[in-house]
Amino acid sequence: MTSTGREHGREMTRREMLRRFLALGLALPGGTALLAACAGGQQPTPTTAAPTQPPAGQASPTAPTTGQAEDKLEIFSWWTNPGEADGLKALFDLFSQRRPGVEIINATVAGGAGTNAKAVLVTRMQGGNPPDSFQVHAGQELIGTWVVAGKMEPINDLFEQEGWNKVMPKTLLDQISHEGKFYSVPVNIHRSNMLWYNKRIFEANNLQPPKTVDEFYQVAEKLKSAGVTPLSVGGKDKFEVPHLFESVLLAVFGPEDYPKLFGDPGMWESDARIQEAIDMLDQFLSYANEDRAALSWADAAQRVIDGSAAMTIMGDWAYGYFINKGAQPGQVFGWVPAPGTDGSFLWLSDSFGLPVGAPHRNNAIEWLKVCGSREGQDAFNPKKGSIPARTDADKSKYDEYLRYSIERFAQDKLAPSVVHGAAANEAYMTAYNNALNVFSASRDKDQLKGMLIEAAKEL
Amino acid sequence: MTGKVIEEARPRPGVATRPMAARSRYRLVERLIPILMITPSIIAIAVFVYGFIGWTTVVSVSRWQGIVPDLSFAGFRNYAALLTSYRFQSDIRNTIVFTVFFLIGSLSIGLLLAVLLDSKVRGESFFRTVYLFPMALSFVVTGTVWQWLFTPGAPGQPTGLNLLFEQIGLPVFQTWSTVSHVWPGGGWKPEWLRVPFGVPLAMIPVIIAAIWQMSGFTMAMYLAGLRAIPDELREAARVDGASEWQVFRWITFPLLQPVTLSAVIVLGHISLKIFDLIMTQTGGGPGFATDVPGIFMYETTFKSNKYAEGAAVAIVMLLMVSVLIVPYLIWRLRTETER
Repeated sequence: MTSTGREHGREMTRREMLRRFLALGLALPGGTALLAACAGGQQPTPTTAAPTQPPAGQASPTAPTTGQAEDKLEIFSWWTNPGEADGLKALFDLFSQRRPGVEIINATVAGGAGTNAKAVLVTRMQGGNPPDSFQVHAGQELIGTWVVAGKMEPINDLFEQEGWNKVMPKTLLDQISHEGKFYSVPVNIHRSNMLWYNKRIFEANNLQPPKTVDEFYQVAEKLKSAGVTPLSVGGKDKFEVPHLFESVLLAVFGPEDYPKLFGDPGMWESDARIQEAIDMLDQFLSYANEDRAALSWADAAQRVIDGSAAMTIMGDWAYGYFINKGAQPGQVFGWVPAPGTDGSFLWLSDSFGLPVGAPHRNNAIEWLKVCGSREGQDAFNPKKGSIPARTDADKSKYDEYLRYSIERFAQDKLAPSVVHGAAANEAYMTAYNNALNVFSASRDKDQLKGMLIEAAKEL
Repeated sequence: MTGKVIEEARPRPGVATRPMAARSRYRLVERLIPILMITPSIIAIAVFVYGFIGWTTVVSVSRWQGIVPDLSFAGFRNYAALLTSYRFQSDIRNTIVFTVFFLIGSLSIGLLLAVLLDSKVRGESFFRTVYLFPMALSFVVTGTVWQWLFTPGAPGQPTGLNLLFEQIGLPVFQTWSTVSHVWPGGGWKPEWLRVPFGVPLAMIPVIIAAIWQMSGFTMAMYLAGLRAIPDELREAARVDGASEWQVFRWITFPLLQPVTLSAVIVLGHISLKIFDLIMTQTGGGPGFATDVPGIFMYETTFKSNKYAEGAAVAIVMLLMVSVLIVPYLIWRLRTETER
């Protein structure tokens, strides 16, 4: 066969070859043009922001002081759902008022509480193609991943110029700073340790929402005998059970000792309260649906407003979900802090930073100013269903739950969330999540303890 | 084969009549041009395939665990970490289970369908298209749809296939896709093995979906194989008094062996590298009962930023596929040189 093929090839080459050369000749310039076009969108400019680009045709009224005009701004986030996408758009609108004529590139990657987006972001940053600014959880996700690697520019000037360090709580500021420098602008605060319950089921069974863990067990037993799934838990996005466990850890360790878990890896092995927390999680799961591997957190939350389950423990983005589904707060569903965590606020915060080598640095800085402004935060947060990172928000713009949350944030003891990137680095998060996802299915407590101790090596 | 004879017999016009010098120059050019033609692809393959395999190997023995590259030599520490980790052991078990059942299922269903279609049924081309059609879908579509089919609804309200199981009195199957039980599990296992031996039940729905998608393709391969078997052989066997089963068992089946081998190679390398189907259908859960090295590699590298460990997974996957492909390539090469 091969020899025939070769002979035959020789016969047909001459004319064919000419044709192929021609085709190649045509394809190459086309290809290079295409490449050039791709590259044109993201011209890397040096960090010192030398004005390499020609001024845009349209001069903006609030012309940047450097006299340089950039015509684009690329913002990278994982906000694609209704609510959060609306909030992002509100920020874009504010930016466009300040810099009309700048084209905003909304680079979003959906799914998995941002895990997919982060994977894309890493490849872009590694490839020297950073967006102008990107969404990042305040805390170790920012510091441990990006700042330590030297990929972020400090923005202390901005903080002083805009006075943000006076209007944001110190705990939060600590989480966005490294060696005395600030690295990102927090736009919002979410609360992780919340329990959402179906009011009608509670009323029908004559129950009060549980405050302590013991009350939770009592309520769950009653619901169980009434034939309702007491606790609805997801698992498909692989962060739901780890999320439940961080509330459990907070209940067991309290807001003072809980953060130590992520600073002192030895505690996972030596502290007897770990076993207590594992037992508690096991008991929580015994009141939960068995099919959690097939449900996302949203599916699990849906069961609560549908009435096929009574409670779910989820961050307060669930509130935004309920509202979007048309459920009436206070009538269909209610909320209390997760059992045993009243008085503690397990927070996470979305923030935007300034990557080294941002192609449109001036626009990026203006964007950060919008993000940090009171106006920007009050435009973004009511839509996103979160509370502002600034403590001087205009409360009248927020609805019932958010006003409650603003109040709690000001008064409660604050503790950082681990699942959502505030307390620990990504490698630890993955190992921690793995351990809990295995446990969710196997319910093997010794195995969980072993895997948690192993995970702590990543801290 | 007849083409070969004709090619060689035909005199080449123009070649013999040219003067010697021009002819040898022409020969040289003729020899050079093919080399020039394939050089770009050889360079591209050298860089983008073998170069990157080499690069991955280097990364896999480095200390690059974070955003900043650190290529200092770490020995085989990453491999050791992998082999002792719960997740990777589970991945290897799952890959073996998936590959074995997927191959058996696809091959037997594909062969059955091909034999049925080959028996000159009416509307053969219609059925052929129908059976082949799932292959036209992306694994992502298959995974999503089968996930919906297998998802157990809220307690007491089964949906999809589970409704069927409920109706026929087998409610036990409803939780297939959401329990991490390994059958038979338990029993003796070596000290270093952290996962139970056996078939994870949650893998079964995934295997079903994969077989559904790929058995049509296997059928097409077998059908082509069946059509290539000369009727004379079977006729001769029948004249000798062989029953239809005997004809199939002793004539058709042995002659299909090369097709089976090709199918094993094609399906095998799909199953060893499977990612999209499982990612969409189960995401590797519950508790890594359906996790595979592809998902592990993706998450380790791009979600935990542990590049060295991710590269080590990639190399292990490459070795697994090589175990399948290399003997096949050697066999092909040998049969070709024999010819």
